[in-house]
Amino acid sequence: MKIPVSWLREFVEIPENLSGREVSELLLSVGFEVEGVDTVGDVRGPLVVGLVKTIEELTDFKKPIRWCTVEVGAAHGNEATPGIRGIVCGARNFSEGDLVVVAVPGTTLPGDFTIATRETYGHISDGMICSVRELGIGDEHDGILILPAGSATPGDNAFPILGLGDEVLDISVTPDRGYALSMRGMAREAAISQGVSFTDPGVALAELPEAGGTVIPAASDDYQACDLLVLRTLGNYNPAAPTPDFIKARLAAVGVRSISLAVDLTNYVMFELGQPLHAFDADKITGTIRARWAKAGETVETLDGIKRDLTTEDLVIADDARVLSLAGVMGGAYSEISETTTRVVLEAAHFNPAVIAKMSRRHKLSSEASRRLERGVDRMLPPVASARFAQLLIEHGGASFEGTSGVEQAPDPIVISFDPNLPGQVAGHTYDAASVEKILVSLGCSVDTSKTPWSVRTPTWRPDLAAAIDLVEEVIRIDGYEKVPATLPTAPAGRGLTELQKLQRRAGLHLAGRGLVEVRNYPFVGVAEFDALGIPAKDSRRHAVQLANALSDEQPLMRTTLLPGLTGALARNISRGFTDVALFEISSVSLLSAKQSATGVTNPPRPSVLQRPSAADIAALEALLPEQPLHLGVLLAGALNPAALGAKPTPAAWSDAIDIALALGIELGVEIEVAAGDNAPWHPGRCAALSINGELIGYAGELAPRALENLGLPKRAVALELNLSALLAAANVVASAPAIWTFPVAKEDIALVVKADVAATDVLNVVREAAGQLLEDIRLFDVYEGSQVAEGHKSLAFALRFRAQDRTLAAEEVAAARQAGVDAAAKSFGASLR
Amino acid sequence: MSAPNKSFDPVEVTTLSAEVLAGFVSEAISAITAANSLDELKEVRLAHTGDRSPLSLANREIGALPPAAKAEAGKRMGESRGAVNSALATRTQELETLRDAALLIEESVDVTTATGVRAQGGRHPLTTIQEQIADVFVALGYQLAEGPEVESEWLNFDALNIAPDHPARTMQDTFFIGSEDSGIVLRTHTSPVQVRSMLNRELPIYVICPGRVFRTDELDSTHSPVFHQVEGLVIDKGITMADLKGTLDHFAQSMFGEGIVTRLRPSYFPFTEPSAEVDLQCFVCRGTSVDNPDAPCRTCRSEGWIEWGGCGMVNPKVLVATGIDPEIYSGFAFGMGLERTLMFRHGITDMRDMVEGDVRFTRAFGLGV
Repeated sequence: MKIPVSWLREFVEIPENLSGREVSELLLSVGFEVEGVDTVGDVRGPLVVGLVKTIEELTDFKKPIRWCTVEVGAAHGNEATPGIRGIVCGARNFSEGDLVVVAVPGTTLPGDFTIATRETYGHISDGMICSVRELGIGDEHDGILILPAGSATPGDNAFPILGLGDEVLDISVTPDRGYALSMRGMAREAAISQGVSFTDPGVALAELPEAGGTVIPAASDDYQACDLLVLRTLGNYNPAAPTPDFIKARLAAVGVRSISLAVDLTNYVMFELGQPLHAFDADKITGTIRARWAKAGETVETLDGIKRDLTTEDLVIADDARVLSLAGVMGGAYSEISETTTRVVLEAAHFNPAVIAKMSRRHKLSSEASRRLERGVDRMLPPVASARFAQLLIEHGGASFEGTSGVEQAPDPIVISFDPNLPGQVAGHTYDAASVEKILVSLGCSVDTSKTPWSVRTPTWRPDLAAAIDLVEEVIRIDGYEKVPATLPTAPAGRGLTELQKLQRRAGLHLAGRGLVEVRNYPFVGVAEFDALGIPAKDSRRHAVQLANALSDEQPLMRTTLLPGLTGALARNISRGFTDVALFEISSVSLLSAKQSATGVTNPPRPSVLQRPSAADIAALEALLPEQPLHLGVLLAGALNPAALGAKPTPAAWSDAIDIALALGIELGVEIEVAAGDNAPWHPGRCAALSINGELIGYAGELAPRALENLGLPKRAVALELNLSALLAAANVVASAPAIWTFPVAKEDIALVVKADVAATDVLNVVREAAGQLLEDIRLFDVYEGSQVAEGHKSLAFALRFRAQDRTLAAEEVAAARQAGVDAAAKSFGASLR
Repeated sequence: MSAPNKSFDPVEVTTLSAEVLAGFVSEAISAITAANSLDELKEVRLAHTGDRSPLSLANREIGALPPAAKAEAGKRMGESRGAVNSALATRTQELETLRDAALLIEESVDVTTATGVRAQGGRHPLTTIQEQIADVFVALGYQLAEGPEVESEWLNFDALNIAPDHPARTMQDTFFIGSEDSGIVLRTHTSPVQVRSMLNRELPIYVICPGRVFRTDELDSTHSPVFHQVEGLVIDKGITMADLKGTLDHFAQSMFGEGIVTRLRPSYFPFTEPSAEVDLQCFVCRGTSVDNPDAPCRTCRSEGWIEWGGCGMVNPKVLVATGIDPEIYSGFAFGMGLERTLMFRHGITDMRDMVEGDVRFTRAFGLGV
């Protein structure tokens, strides 16, 4: 909201020496953020009013040129011709006797253009007669700016007349304060913030001449939607009457283009008082002007040239023949003020804010009018604002007043029961009753303090004040938030983070400590990404939550897997020259059950907000949502370690992805079981299924060559994705200390030849089981396939460590335990010692 | 070996004479001293103490002496050998010390070459700042509350006194699931976690809720459709706006340094009343850059204050919607954008750096912010 300070000063006595910047500081203290302070027109120097004395037409040139003498006042003439300057001018729209604006030599116009005395067209031109565009206050360039006759004296400073140098505050108004979208509202706030007096322009009706003419009747079909409709009919309007310059200048300052006098005045009064107005060409009206609900199938062409289909939820202004406008949102093209309009009917109405808000949204049409009406406008304004409009149209447009019509259904006034101690209780600060009353009165409330609680009747321009807490806010705001002290409340003794929260941190620290880099990707995915990964058509990961209004048509779904985000981040890193990349992400995914629809339900529960929802209501709300577990995703490409002195880069291998999962399991005290898996996008021969106690939690291994090629990623990239929530839930929070046995260790290696399709981990488990208590540790350290073993077989080399709790083991004991393991492997898998 | 001595006079066995033995010892010690390496010393040892050494050869002669002379000759021989062995031991130690010292010099490396041997990991600053903020409040006794990102519209809007016609509830701001009527949204703020806390936790409630939120803004240098917030909520008996102010000041000091305060400016949020914007005193210039063109501050643009977030007293309507009696309990809530906080705290100039996953960005923060 742009506020010219000069306009504000009409209603509030802002001290002369206060700059726009200082006014904005005061407004900030009462909650109005000033985003900027601009000065109108970048003009410096002596810019004065001039009276054209003589005009001599110079005809010896290619284009017509005028040589004028202009009276500019005693102080601004030159020595040779006191009070007069000779000026050469190319424009032709002015006559002798017109009042114009003269830039005397030394004046600097916008564009850093300084006027100087110069010889041209055979004369000395000693200044410039200015157009609106040259002064930087408008776009019109078809001629010289002419001031109304008698409105100024030659030699007067033109700055205040043109609104030049006026400071304009750009104020952001919060949506609850519709009243502040006007000079009237902001003037009141400025007065309150400075403790100075305020003249309310929104109360008294402008004096109008006696009505004489035919009045267009008014009606409202639904007082819930429109409880007040006022029409003012005016005749004999001169459609060519110009808009006064001061009005044009003010409209330009608030960002509105001048269109015609009648339209400009509707805007002017709206910015002044806050009441949206609409002027119709009265000769286009048939019968009664009526606020009513649209009928299905009706249409209206609005002023922006768009033909709009209406529904029964659209409130319209109509006459007996047609829909004239979208009520409170935008006027219609049919009845708009034109160059031939001579009779004007002005509509001023009070609408239900919710009705306007819905229409504005449905038609995706936000206008100055709808912005105010959806926030709430003073219900008492329509008669006042429409009279003000009529007064101005009569004064500047030669119109005659034909009469007023209107309908209304007055609502009950709002009276709030108010405990004057409440502001203090809410703020933690003391406000004496007198100050509380004074603040409420300054807002326009009438306060009955004869008994406690008080009765506070709120002003009609503050529909946002409806409950005691609203008044509390106003008291604390006007007194000043900076006066609220600072205290620290004492919470009950806390127990810190939950175990799951601690474990989640530990997982992140563990992974980063292993050299992985955390990323946080967007959760949006698309079918193309599932296709590229080779995720099968029926895979549950494709049953994803679908957005109604995705930013990108390519990514309308919520992720069910972290892999698309990770592959995208990897591709970005590679494109920036980083080819050895180890990424991880811990984020939630959205998993729908088979019964849940990707697009939700059509009739969601909407429990009342006037009480706590029932357990059944809460359950129904929860049932809308997908399961959203935390997943861990890891993606490795290139080398695990950089090339460095003494360290050759080791390419990331399928086993690294599995090892990261297993190591995280060890960190969290969970044994993760590994078995051969087959799940896109992993390489079917290099994919491990990861489980905890037989429950599948994820997959790890090398990504399928086809998927990597589709995604343009390097060969052999490896990945891990698991349900971290499941892993954390299984974590052993309180680890048990192991028994540390100190008798000597006995080490034995065995190499077992088995069929190539036997899983090493199965052999290891059988050997471990059979070797018994004395086996302290067993690990696989080599796998061999080749000429030294039979075709279709492989050799698995295990390192075994034996130790007893209470003695040094005898060689025979170790040999027996080792043999038991070998025998068990032979029995279970046909293994033979190599 | 000499033939048995007729006169049994040990002196006649010349190789055992004191002079001769002394000569052997002297030769040996010279050789030992002259040895310049352990290898040379080994040869010297063989030459002067080995089977064929003069001393060993002389030793054999003892057997040829008459019994009366054996003791004396034996003693002389023992002393001679002792002297040689002692010299050997001394020289061995000297040479070993020299060899060890030389080895250390030989094995020296350029220690400045040991860089970048292992890959550097890192945690995303949006993760770690959430943890750091949680820790500030956990230290005050708060609990860390979490909630789902795909959320019911009722929890995201209705329960927070955001009316059905509120502008935020349109597709211009909110991501809807399925259609605008599905009742499911991507949460637009972390406030539904507050509602969940009020519905599910026992009173009093002191919670801090960080998390990912969504609005339909296109990604640019200052906006992202996915961003992070942290919100705090307190519901207790007698909670005042002064408590809110004191808590915000404590938070500001914990994150930005001793003495940093906050400023509240009136504002509007449907779920709080009174509502306020929270400004943070500039932690770089502490306000000294205001009206001081000689020392401008980039962090606060010489305004002295940085816009940080929003806050207010929980609107009684929100308490009612969650079944808390506003006559008994009151509360406050506050919320800040974490991207914004990171940007001004760490000098991040482009929002995109936080979403693109460039390894250089995350690594710069290590394991914490």
